[in-house]
Order: sequence, then C-alpha cells, then structure tokens
Amino acid sequence: MQTIIARIGGMALAVVREMGRMLLFLLYAFYMIVRSPGKPIHILKQLHFIGAKSFFVIFLTAAFTGMVLGLQGYYTLTKFGSEGMLGSVVALSLIRELGPVLSALMVTGRAGSAITAEIGIMRITEQIDALETMALEPFKYLMSPKILGALIALPLLCAIFDVVGIFGGYLVGVKLMGVNPGAYLHEMEKSVEWKDIYSGLVKSVSFGLIIAWVCCYKGYYTSRGAEGVSRATTAAVVMSSVTILVWDYFLTSILL
Amino acid sequence: MIEMLRVSKAFGGQSVLNDLDLVIPGGKITAVIGPSGEGKSVLLRHIIGLMKPDAGRVIIDGEDITHMGRRDLNRVREKFGMLFQNVALFDSMTVFENVAFPLEEKTRLTRSEIRDRVHEALEHVGLKDVDRKYPDQLSGGMKKRVGLARALLLNPRIILFDEPTTGLDPIIGNAMHRLIKDTHARFGFTAVIVTHEVPAIFDVCDYVAMLYQGRIQIRGTPDEIRDSHDPVVRQFVTGDLEGPLRFV
Ligand SMILES: Nc1ncnc2c1ncn2[C@@H]1O[C@H](COP(=O)(O)OP(=O)(O)OP(=O)(O)O)[C@@H](O)[C@H]1O
Ligand SMILES: [Mg+2]
Repeated sequence: MQTIIARIGGMALAVVREMGRMLLFLLYAFYMIVRSPGKPIHILKQLHFIGAKSFFVIFLTAAFTGMVLGLQGYYTLTKFGSEGMLGSVVALSLIRELGPVLSALMVTGRAGSAITAEIGIMRITEQIDALETMALEPFKYLMSPKILGALIALPLLCAIFDVVGIFGGYLVGVKLMGVNPGAYLHEMEKSVEWKDIYSGLVKSVSFGLIIAWVCCYKGYYTSRGAEGVSRATTAAVVMSSVTILVWDYFLTSILL
Repeated sequence: MIEMLRVSKAFGGQSVLNDLDLVIPGGKITAVIGPSGEGKSVLLRHIIGLMKPDAGRVIIDGEDITHMGRRDLNRVREKFGMLFQNVALFDSMTVFENVAFPLEEKTRLTRSEIRDRVHEALEHVGLKDVDRKYPDQLSGGMKKRVGLARALLLNPRIILFDEPTTGLDPIIGNAMHRLIKDTHARFGFTAVIVTHEVPAIFDVCDYVAMLYQGRIQIRGTPDEIRDSHDPVVRQFVTGDLEGPLRFV
C-alpha cells in the first residue's frame, strides 16, 4: 500500500518537475530571443522549412476540409431550408476553428517531428555540447530561429488554409450542389467579423509557439541513442497535438 | 591552471569520480591515462563545465566554475577548445562550414579572411580538398583532424583532447602527436590529452596523470611514471594481463 502511494507521489513529482523544466526552457528561450535573436538568415531558413515547405500539405488538407465542409454543411442546411447560409458556415468554421487547429496539427506532424529529431540527434551526437564548449549558445542557434520561424509561419499557413478551404467549400457548394454563388459569398462577407479573424490569428500564433516549444524541448532533452530520438519524436508530436487541442478549448472559451 | 578539488560525481548509484584532486599546470601538456570506462571523458566534461560535480570544485585560472551561471561560464569557455572523443562535427554542415562556423560567429573577419584561415587550419592538419565534403563522407581519421582544426582555430588558451589518435593509423597518429606538440611549442596553450597511447604519449607530454577508481592514482613526469613501483601503474603502462587490474 505504502509503495503504491509512494509511487503515485513519485509520478506526481516527476510531472511537476517536468512542467517546471519546460517552463524554464520557454522562459530562457524568450530571454535569448530578446537578448540575441540570431542572424536573420537562420530565421529565414526556419521560415522556409516550417512554412514554405508545409505549403503543399496545408493546401491539400485545406482543400479537402473545405470541400467536406461544403458537403456536410449543405446536407445539414437543406434540412432547415437555409442552404444559402453555406458560405457563412464554411467560412466561420474554418476561420474560427478548423484553419488554425488543422494547420497546426499538420505542421506538428510535418515540421515538429523533424525539429525534435534534428535537435535530438544533435544532442546524442554531442553536437549541442560542442556548441556549448565553443561558448556558442545552443538556444541562439537552434531554438530561437525555430521559435521565431514557427511564430511567423503558423498564422500565414493558417491564412492560406482559410482561403483555400473557403474556395473548396465554394467548389462543392456552388458548382456541385448548386448553391447560389452570390449568396455563398455574400453570406460569408456578412457573417465574418474582425473578431473571428482575430481569434483565428491569436490561435495560430499560440499554436506556433506550442509546436516550437514542445518539439524543441523534447529534442533538447533527448537521451539514449536512436531509440531515444524516436521516443522523443513520438512524445513531441503527441504532446504538442494534445496541448494544441486542449489550449484551443481554453482559448475559444476566452475569446468567444 | 586547472584545479579540481575533491570532485565527486556519480551516475545513479555508480560512482565515477570519487574525491578526485588534480592540478593541471598552465602552459604544459598533461596526459590523462587510465583504463577504459574509468571516467576520463567525464573528467574532461567537468573541466569545461558540461557536467557539474556532485561535490567538490573546479577552478579555471582562479575562477570557480562549479556554480557559475551561463553567461559567466560562456566567458570562461572562450578560453577553451575541445576535441570530443567522437569528434562531434556538425553533421549537416560541410567541412568548410564546420571549421568556419566559430570564426563567423565570434569574429568580424571578412569572407575571404575566413576562407584563408580555414584553409590554413585544414592544411595545418594535413587535409586538402575536403571543403565540400560532409562529415559522414570522411574517414574516422579525417574527422578527427577536422575536429582538431576546429579546436585549434581560435587560438584557445586551454585545449582538451579526448583521445585524439584513437582509430588512426600509427603514422597519422604520430603525426597528430607531432602536430599537437609543435602547435603547443608555438602557442604555449594548456593541453589536456586523454589517451590510450601509452607509452607513445610520454614523448609528447610534460606530465601524466593516471585515473583509477575515481581518483588520480599517480601524477608526475613521464619518467616518474615509467619508474613508478605502484603495481597498478606498472601493469597499466606495460599492458600486462597479470596484476591488480582485472578485466572480466
Ligand atoms: N551521462 C552519463 N550517464 C550515466 N553514466 C555515465 C554518463 N557518462 C558516463 N557515464 C559512466 O561513467 C563511466 C565513465 O565514462 P567515461 O566515458 O568517462 O569513460 P572513459 O574513461 O572516457 O572511457 P574510454 O576510455 O572508453 O573513453 C562509465 O562507466 C559510464 O558508464
Ligand atoms: Mg572516453
């Protein structure tokens, strides 16, 4: 009995310690970004890797999400005889919710895992130690560019996601199901407010931070060889995805 | 001068350094020898602050780095160059970029000055036409030499070498030793060489320290080590299978 309690206590302590370490990691990363953000070229490279290279997958996901929203929305709205509202349903779901969340999840899978693997391999092959011995701050060369890159890339990707998704919905709703094109666009324009766009933007920026934070952290504390890297990568993707969804709920309830 | 005072370090239950005292004089070459797995690499990591001792202190040129914050530690590390046991080149950079990286980040040299310095450093270690190769396209010996070039480049005051010649053919191994000795004669840095090249290293170094069971078993000039009557030291230097050292 006592050992069980001790074990539960030990686990709780481990969780708290891990959370503390993560928070310190983030604070130190911010401190380093403010103190010496690194060369623009490093940030541009990360922007290219996290942002530009995610374009295709974001495009595809967005197109099909928009199309399926068009279908489902049409099906539901016809029940109330209000298929003219399709434009606003598609646009609001995308801008407020699906755009930020889905683009963040796709980036986690595509770029987040790569970030963790890259940093993790640098850790286990002592490349991070080598940086430290040269008095070159690993945070400045590894973390800061990735965090800044993700912070910039995510809202842009999210915007692309929204636009492509809205056209996907248009394609299905208007061209396939025969919704009036004027109604689709007009309803959308009427119902989408600045508040909606703003909340989508806030979400995607904070998701960018979560991705870079969790994935860099997991990579930085990798240990034990190839298996350690694979474990860290899996953990990073799972943790970052779950955190995104949980955080999304809280943000939505605040921003609503 | 590097001082390690009563340094202890354990991993889990396994004690690696145990109340270790070691003074490494400035401007000299000190070799650290000892059986495999005794903690020589761990010792080097303590000297440069990559590991913190559980107890005891590490003092570099009079500055206690044991509890130093990152910023101060980085200032002290400016004095150091280090060659890792597995070299630890940046594997997504070419050889040229690897060697140029510290110059680009820490100096205000122009592009062509950097190019000259890098080529000079690479030629110094006997490498040519490897600029565009990536570390995984190099042989083990070539990697060591690139690592050496990187460690020597900024003219550090203290250089730590973790097994600079392991895995090299005897000729290149000797050449590495020569290179370290000649460069030392020119710049007079403090060198710590962890090595298994006994007795070859005796011709290179000024002092030898032997690590055994978490402590310095003996420290002295190469001649003193050769003449030592300590059975552990004798056995290790001669490579005898019979003696107090056991390999199971
Ligand atoms: N990060 C670590 N975590 C746990 N144990 C470690 C760690 N680093 C080293 N050790 C242990 O410390 C001991 C000394 O390791 P170290 O690498 O310093 O040996 P060494 O003297 O350099 O050996 P070699 O000559 O083979 O390189 C080993 O038993 C090793 O298992
Ligand atoms: Mg070693």
